Amino acid sequence: MSAHLPILQVILPLLAAPTCLLLGRTQLLWMFTCGVSALCAVISFQLLHTVHTSGDIIYSLGGWSAPVGIEYRIDSLNAFVLLLVTSLSTVVLCAAKQSIAKEVPESRQLYFYVAFLLCLAGLLGILCTGDAFNVFVFLEISSLSTYTLIALGRDRRALWASYQYLIMGTIGATFILIGIGLLYMITGTLNMRDLAQRLPDVEQAHTLYTGFAFFIVGVCLKLALFPLHLWLPNAYAYAPSIVTAFLAATATKVAVYVLIRFIFNVFGFDFSLSQFPLPQIWLALGIIGVFAASIVAMSQHNIKRLFAFSSVAQIGYIIMGLSLGTAAGVQAALLHVFNHALMKGAIFLAIAGLCYRLGAATMNEFKGLGKQMPWTMAAIVAGGLSLIGVPLTVGFISKWYLVLAFIEKGWWMIVPFIVIGSLLAVVYVWRLVECAYFQEADSKREAGEAPLSILLPTWILVFANIYFGVQPQFTVHATSIATLGLFGATP
Amino acid sequence: MILSSHFNYWIVIVLMMIGFFIVISHGNLVKKLMGLSIFQTSVFILYISMGKVAGGTAPILDEAYSVYSNPLPHVLILTAIVVGIATTALGLALVVRINEAYGSIEEGDIEMQDCDKLDKENANK
Amino acid sequence: MATAIAIARVKDLFASVMLTGIYSLLSAVFFVLMDAVDVAFTEASVGAGISTILMLSTLTLTGQYEDPTRHKTRTALVVVLVTGALLIFGTADMPRFGDPQTPVQTHVGPHYLEKSYEEIHVPNVVTSVLASYRGFDTFGETVVIFAAGIGVLSLLGFSGRKEKTTISVSAPMYQHRILRVVGKVLIPPILLFALYVQFHGDFGPGGGFQAGVIFAAAIILYTMLFGRQAAEEVIKLSWVRLLAAVGVMLYGSVGLISFLNGKNFLDYSALAADAVSGQHYGILLVELGVGITVTAVMILVFFSFAGRVDKKAEENE
Repeated sequence: MSAHLPILQVILPLLAAPTCLLLGRTQLLWMFTCGVSALCAVISFQLLHTVHTSGDIIYSLGGWSAPVGIEYRIDSLNAFVLLLVTSLSTVVLCAAKQSIAKEVPESRQLYFYVAFLLCLAGLLGILCTGDAFNVFVFLEISSLSTYTLIALGRDRRALWASYQYLIMGTIGATFILIGIGLLYMITGTLNMRDLAQRLPDVEQAHTLYTGFAFFIVGVCLKLALFPLHLWLPNAYAYAPSIVTAFLAATATKVAVYVLIRFIFNVFGFDFSLSQFPLPQIWLALGIIGVFAASIVAMSQHNIKRLFAFSSVAQIGYIIMGLSLGTAAGVQAALLHVFNHALMKGAIFLAIAGLCYRLGAATMNEFKGLGKQMPWTMAAIVAGGLSLIGVPLTVGFISKWYLVLAFIEKGWWMIVPFIVIGSLLAVVYVWRLVECAYFQEADSKREAGEAPLSILLPTWILVFANIYFGVQPQFTVHATSIATLGLFGATP
Repeated sequence: MILSSHFNYWIVIVLMMIGFFIVISHGNLVKKLMGLSIFQTSVFILYISMGKVAGGTAPILDEAYSVYSNPLPHVLILTAIVVGIATTALGLALVVRINEAYGSIEEGDIEMQDCDKLDKENANK
Repeated sequence: MATAIAIARVKDLFASVMLTGIYSLLSAVFFVLMDAVDVAFTEASVGAGISTILMLSTLTLTGQYEDPTRHKTRTALVVVLVTGALLIFGTADMPRFGDPQTPVQTHVGPHYLEKSYEEIHVPNVVTSVLASYRGFDTFGETVVIFAAGIGVLSLLGFSGRKEKTTISVSAPMYQHRILRVVGKVLIPPILLFALYVQFHGDFGPGGGFQAGVIFAAAIILYTMLFGRQAAEEVIKLSWVRLLAAVGVMLYGSVGLISFLNGKNFLDYSALAADAVSGQHYGILLVELGVGITVTAVMILVFFSFAGRVDKKAEENE
């Protein structure tokens, strides 16, 4: 059975989704979904272990070996991201039951669980596959279910946000489709490994440049790289809180993975980063993104929106790491992918707890919360500290590696920008702290602590933040193997 | 030579851009979706054009023919068409709900209403 | 192309829906010229059929005219021109159109054309690539449809059972007796034709997706003629929803069976003693799965829209 793990990883949630329709009862649904997700996490852990001990796993679907058929290829890079996605989705789901019961009308809860599983399956499918067109198909599975999930939000603005995301997301997907089509046109293959072998022969082709450009722009739309991030803040702000936690922790991370995979394993490192001014563009966009988004975040009144903008800023850091084009830079980016997922997972889950008690999360509601919901607020503060990059948190680890990578490359000039960016984060986190701890609640509000089922997963993530901040061996080890794999494949 | 052989692609590109333009510039939500479907359909045409072999026939094996067009792009596009209609259906469903919630399907109106609401929230601060 | 420009210009949304339909039909014609008969079939039924119906239902709910003011026209123009220029730049050394020596024609494609008959024994190569070589993509496609169905249901839902027996607006043609008679005569052959398309996909253009669309079209026609209530008496929607799930699971379980038999996921040769006949069973079953899901989802989507139209009409009364 262990030989089938790569495919089980994807089809388990994929087949669980229609099974949900047969189950029908909400209580059962939640347990079932949690179970499936947990099983996926176990599988991905096993996969990572196998990859680390015995090398890449190749799985030919339908028994047709690539490039005639579609293959799954698990290496140290996607096994790492798989583990991240599955474990975070499990933790988030654990908290889902009560939050969803509160935020989504009874008749629609069934659809929440189905769409959630589909979205998870889509993301895992993107991660596992070694076929360019298959990426597009699973991208659309995850996108369509994401639109559904966002539209489940109570506010009518959730609908509008979902529609905007649908338009932007589809444009992005179509760009990716054009990119893949052009690559196919000049190589005749869709398999990534095969593409990588055949592309150097046509390196000078204009068609390749165009295909490359379309693909990158399409992925960057999905990634919400500044200035293509316009869909993200509203989508995060008005989706049900659990959905926000899930998306923030996973969806953009998978897009980062696609970017890394294609740049290093398909287009080839030399082609992507040396023939274009891409590193410069990325570096500039990354820095501007960090600053612009952080500054906008400061003036936000809606807390979910605030942290949504902060996500855009964090993506800026990730892209800055990638733009270096060195092993250290990529490792820093991967570390930040992992760590940012932990921070934002913790913060948005805590916010889900707030929304459960208070019905909304605006600055207004925050007044005096430090006393009324001490544990939830403490979680947000811990996440915020991690976001800033305070030592002993994961945020510090990834920023530290990022700074080191820049120094190693000799780009001293950039380091102050990273520091200032972190200071900006201090400002918006401080606003929250001030509101929650130093202001009195203005209304007579009886808000107790968030329910245990939400609080517990939140604190699991908070502890993960601290644990991987103090003991970063596991993440550093896994990312360094992944990075070595990337650079080893393209000498 | 290039002119005649690439004419096909150029037409496709013009079509694509018309669709893309509709998506960006029009404020009406249904119109945007139409633009999107034109955009996608023209990408389909691009793919199908790749598979064509001069003098070839549809890839259904028969002893009477020996030259066939490449079936792979056809398969990809079958999948893509289905994805396209799925997106359109979901988009239209969203439009219906947006119309119920806002009473309008014009981008400008909706954003205006949202701005008003945001202002009110901020005023309560 | 003229149609596309017209769509951009026309203010009346009904007209542009019609033009979109025409555009879709024209591209279907183009696909036939390009030898892609399967694609043409699908494009015609989807673009000119399903999406037109859905857009029209939406418009009856939202109103017919668009606001002529444009925003961001200049930005849009710049973005579009840049993208277009990039694409034109990309065409500069594209392989010539119709050239048999391009990478597309020489690399993977020939394998399908030369080996598929021997390996799968199905004359329609598109079917064998779709259902077997790239069967996992098609599985994904089925799930996409399923996901869209779930999305539409969660957004629109189907409204509860109503006592009212008045003629619903979703049956605009109820008054025409001739249409009703003709319709009654037409529906059985359409259903039969759908079945033919479903099972004939091995030899000619067709397959699960197209059959599903046609099957759903027959039921939609029935609804338009006899009203939603009448149709709901014949088919229970919760059952249809179940069917949508069953289709996906049928596809998936074919894959599961093959790996319980020790082969890889979706390796149909595990289904029978003889690899080639195993492929046959496999293709038949997965196409059936696709057909069931597509039919079910199309019906669900249509009923969800029609339900809203009815609701609005009642509110107006």
